[in-house]
Amino acid sequence: MRSDTRVQLNDVSYSYEEQATPALSDVSAVIEPGEFVAVLGHNGSGKSTMAKLLNALYIPTEGNVLVCGYNTRDEKLVWEIRQRAGMIFQNPDNQIVATVVKEDVAFGLENLGVPTEEMLPRIESALSAVRMSKYADKAPHLLSGGQKQRVAIAGILAMEPSVIIADEATAMLDPSGRKEVLETIRTLNRQKGITVVWITHFMEEAALADRVLVVTDGKIRLSGTPAEVFDRVEEMREMHLDVPHMTALAGELRAEGMPLKPGILTVDEFVEEVERLCPLKSAT
Amino acid sequence: MLNNITMGQYYPVDSKVHRLDPRIKLILTIVFIVIVFMAKTFLGYAVILGFVWLTARLANVPFRMLLRGLKPLRIIIILTFLLNLFFTTGETVWVQFWVIRITKEGFLQAAFYSLRLIFLVIGTSLLTLTTSPVSLSDGIEILLSPLKVIHFPAHELAMMMTIALRFIPTLLEETDKIMKAQMARGADFESGNLLSRAKAMVPLLVPLFVSAFRRAGDLAMAMESRCYHGGEGRTRLRVLKLTRNDWIACGAMAALLALIILEGIFL
Repeated sequence: MRSDTRVQLNDVSYSYEEQATPALSDVSAVIEPGEFVAVLGHNGSGKSTMAKLLNALYIPTEGNVLVCGYNTRDEKLVWEIRQRAGMIFQNPDNQIVATVVKEDVAFGLENLGVPTEEMLPRIESALSAVRMSKYADKAPHLLSGGQKQRVAIAGILAMEPSVIIADEATAMLDPSGRKEVLETIRTLNRQKGITVVWITHFMEEAALADRVLVVTDGKIRLSGTPAEVFDRVEEMREMHLDVPHMTALAGELRAEGMPLKPGILTVDEFVEEVERLCPLKSAT
Repeated sequence: MLNNITMGQYYPVDSKVHRLDPRIKLILTIVFIVIVFMAKTFLGYAVILGFVWLTARLANVPFRMLLRGLKPLRIIIILTFLLNLFFTTGETVWVQFWVIRITKEGFLQAAFYSLRLIFLVIGTSLLTLTTSPVSLSDGIEILLSPLKVIHFPAHELAMMMTIALRFIPTLLEETDKIMKAQMARGADFESGNLLSRAKAMVPLLVPLFVSAFRRAGDLAMAMESRCYHGGEGRTRLRVLKLTRNDWIACGAMAALLALIILEGIFL
C-alpha cells in the first residue's frame, strides 16, 4: 500500500485569469486517509475551485497541493495524481464518454494502459460495487441521473483511487437519485476506506460527513464535526448558509433558556433530547 | 449493444456477417467496389448480384432494406440511365423520332452504368447495415493507424466519432426540451414560409449551441481528470480478433474477384 494517502493544501491561493479577487486565498487543510470530508459553501464560494485543485485540473497560483505525497505542480506526476484522486462532476451527462456503460468504466483503464485481460474483472468489480452490474451493456442515455452518477463513480473506482472528489455530484439529481449516490459513496468510504471529499451546498449531506469545512469568499471559515459546525447557527447565518432545521430549532430553544445539548442534527436526535429533558408520563 | 438507438442505417440483428471483424468488412467493401468496376459484362453482374444476394441472406438483412439505400440516389441513377440512353451512339436503332434516337448499344450501356451505381450503393449499404457505428469507428481507427507515422490523427478521429455517437441522443433530447420550452412561450416552428420558419429556428439553435459548447468543455475536463492523454500508450477494452469466419469471408471475396478476372480474360 502507499505510505502517504493524505491530501494536503498548504497556503493555497488560486485566481482565475479574468478575475481580480482570488477564488481561493491562503487555504490550508489536511484530509486524512479514510476520512469523509464535506466542503460546504454557497455558489461562488470557491469550493468547486478547491475540488479542481485536488485533481491537478487547476494548479495553485500560490502554495502547494499534495495528493498522496505528490505535488500537483509537477507536470510529470499529473497522471499519477489523477489516478489516485478520481473526480466526479456535477452534470451526469457530461462525464460519460462511451456509448455503452462498461466501455465508459473502461475509459480510465484504457487511458492508464491497463492490459485488456485485466480490465474485465476490474470493470465487473467496480460496477458491482456501485450496484450497476446489470446495466453493463446498456446505453448511458437510457439511465436515470443517479444511475449515470453511479456509472461515473464506477469509472473512477476501476482506476483504484485512494481519494474520490465529488464536485456537487448530487446537485442535478432528484431526491431519490441524490440518496442513491450518497449512499454508494458512503459505503465505499466505509468498506474500502476510500477518502471522500464531498463538495456540496446541501446541509443534509454535509451532516453525514466525518468533518465539515465551510468555505466562503475563498477561505475556510469553519472546520469541525457536523455537530460542532452547525451549532454555530449565528456564524452560519452570517455566511448566508443554512443549518439543518433541527439544529436551528435547538439553537433558538437554547437561546430561550432550554438546556438542550449541542450537536443536534436530526429529528430523532432532537426528540431524544427533548424526551431526556422532559420525560413523558406514559399515557397508556 | 446499441439496439435501443436507431443510428444511421445499422440493422440490429445478429448474424455471421454482423459478427465479422469490422476491419475485414471495410477492406472487403473496398475490394468489392474494385470488383464492380472490373466487371465488363452482364454475366459478371449476374455473378455479383448472386454474391450480394447471398451475403444479404447470411446477414439476415431483408433485400428491401438494401434497396432503401438507393432512394437518396435515385435521381442520379435515373439521370445516368437517361443520359447514356439518349447520348450513346450505336448501330442498331430501336426508336427514332425528332431528335431522340435510342439504340441497342445505348440501352445496354445505360443499363450497365446504372447497375454499376446500384451495386456500389448496395455493397456499401451492406457494410453500414451490418456494422454498428461504434465498431465501424473501431475498424477505421485500426486501419488508419499506420498513417500515424505521417501524423494522421487516427485515434482522435475515432474518439470524435465515438463522442459524437454518445451525444447524439443527449442532444436530441435537449433539442426536444428547448423546442417545448420555446413553444410554451409562444414560439411557432411549423407555420409560415421557408424564411419565417428558418427564423423561428434561431431561438432553438442558439441555446442548443451554447449548451453543446458547455457540454464539450465539461466533457473535456472529465476526460482529462480520468487521465485521458491522447492515443499514446492507450490500451483497449474491445480487442478485435480475426475468427475463422473472417477468413471464410475473405476467401469468398477472393473467389468473386477470381471469377470477375476470368470473365475479363475470356469474355
